[in-house]
Amino acid sequence: MTTTDQTPVASPAYRPSGAKRVQLWLANHFAILSAILVLLYLFLPVAYTFAFSFNDHGKTNIVWQGFTWKHWQDPCRVAGACESLVTSLQVGAISTVVATVLGTLMALAMVRYRFRGKAASNVLIFVPMATPEIVMGAALLTIFVQGFANVGISLGFTTIVFAHIMFCLSFVVVTVKARIQSLDPRIEEAAQDLYASPAQTFWKVTFPLILPGILGAAMLAFSLSFDDFIITNFVSGNESTFPKFVYVASRRGIPAEANVIGFSMFVLAVLLVVGAQVVSSLRASRYKE
Amino acid sequence: MSSLAQVSQVAGDPAVHPTAPAPETEKRSWTAYLLLLPGVLWLGVFFILPLVQLAAVSLQSRFPGFPGYYYRDLNFENYLSALTDYAPHFARSFLYAGLATFLAFVVAYPLAYAMAFKAGRWRNLMMICVVAPFFTSFILRTFAWSQILADEGPVAAVLNFLHLLPGGHIINTPVAVVAGLTYNFLPFMVLPIYASLERADPRVIEAGGDLYANGFTTFRTVTLPMSMPGVLAGTLLTFIPAAGDFVNMELLGPQRGKMVGNVINDQFLAVPGGYPVAAALSFTLMAAILAMVFLYVRRFGTDELV
Repeated sequence: MTTTDQTPVASPAYRPSGAKRVQLWLANHFAILSAILVLLYLFLPVAYTFAFSFNDHGKTNIVWQGFTWKHWQDPCRVAGACESLVTSLQVGAISTVVATVLGTLMALAMVRYRFRGKAASNVLIFVPMATPEIVMGAALLTIFVQGFANVGISLGFTTIVFAHIMFCLSFVVVTVKARIQSLDPRIEEAAQDLYASPAQTFWKVTFPLILPGILGAAMLAFSLSFDDFIITNFVSGNESTFPKFVYVASRRGIPAEANVIGFSMFVLAVLLVVGAQVVSSLRASRYKE
Repeated sequence: MSSLAQVSQVAGDPAVHPTAPAPETEKRSWTAYLLLLPGVLWLGVFFILPLVQLAAVSLQSRFPGFPGYYYRDLNFENYLSALTDYAPHFARSFLYAGLATFLAFVVAYPLAYAMAFKAGRWRNLMMICVVAPFFTSFILRTFAWSQILADEGPVAAVLNFLHLLPGGHIINTPVAVVAGLTYNFLPFMVLPIYASLERADPRVIEAGGDLYANGFTTFRTVTLPMSMPGVLAGTLLTFIPAAGDFVNMELLGPQRGKMVGNVINDQFLAVPGGYPVAAALSFTLMAAILAMVFLYVRRFGTDELV
């Protein structure tokens, strides 16, 4: 009977030595500690971009030379910076709307219908995602230069939008498809049992339920379009988007104004994502009550 | 790829029913074709047709004396040139992309693991943190790496101080290129692994411990196999863009010893008369990557990818 009190682990009085405690604590928190390190690593270049937006630099913005507010006071001072930003926003907006609409229709067809050629459609949607951007850019360049130019469409804003819609489309389809697949079909069956017409069922029940997926897909499409450089570089001609502006500028030193714009877009996007999260968790908690 | 899509779903939504029964009958009608038509047309005109044209260009010949002009031909020498003259570039692309994919896996796994099992209510915040840096333009972040890894920068300074940097430089070396590739495609590794770990039942992992497996054994025999679909999707999503990339090489790499992406880019945009060989290079790259994807999908099934 006396032996039970001596089992060290069960005893509340058991105290591992200091080194052992540190070792245990590290083992328990290894994943979370390395996760924090990885997150710091992810943010390091963003921090650099932010810090160097205050650099009072000369010709190149590579070495720290002194603090100044002047780049934040007028980020459009550098020729082409804000013009390219506006182009990127326009391209992103148009591509997002078109790709989201077309992609949602495709996702509905892929999940809700049986039809001849479904497997082929699946491959057609998948292959653009598995194709390196440089190949898509090169292919688009050849068709635009050797084909479309003959019918009066030359490289520029239009060709950028055409290309962006194409590479955003597949990502929209898989995102919306996942959302539709995860819906409980009994909700729609219930609507039909209550004498809703197919159109009513779709617009009053299905569509609101897949809307979060559609919005997520739209955000993904916009960020893909806004940050694309490789394909854009091939099909843009003399038109400049923000990533292209930064890349061209990097040859002779990126002006700190580009850091200002890049960091501001980062802050805006983060606020938008956090806002969306807050709204969706509010909605979720409202449903539960 | 569906594991990526899964991640973008909003957690805790009551309408989402992960174990919902499949609909009894899928509808069969012409509506499906009407819904598909615009998207399929778009992919046909802006994906398939350009690839057909690229294939045609890869067999064209130069017009002698007129740089930038080509005539229709079946000139397979372009492919010969692509495979012989540029074999080292292909090798470098696949080597650097492979290294970057492996490093991204090593870095991404603990993060995905912590998000799935340790983060608790911080999970959504961590998710935002993973994606957030990627809202700063990727060129700006790569340029920031060129500052961080520069000779005057912190990394080179510390390593030089410790005499751990034999060549004295990181920037403009292949090491910097691999570092840049690893960084740039990291979320494509984190998100699918996280998605498959999140679907795993933590009780199965606990059972490993109950059966007297130590932490590492449990990880190797239970956790890792359960996350394999995510790992596979992640390796593809990281390797494919890394193998075709030229920006990291351009901003961080050496002057000589480029990757195949740089050659394609320069031949198309800077070298007059470079179209046919560049097109042959593009096609070879695409064929190599699609063959890899095909083998992968054959080996591990398509459900998790499409």
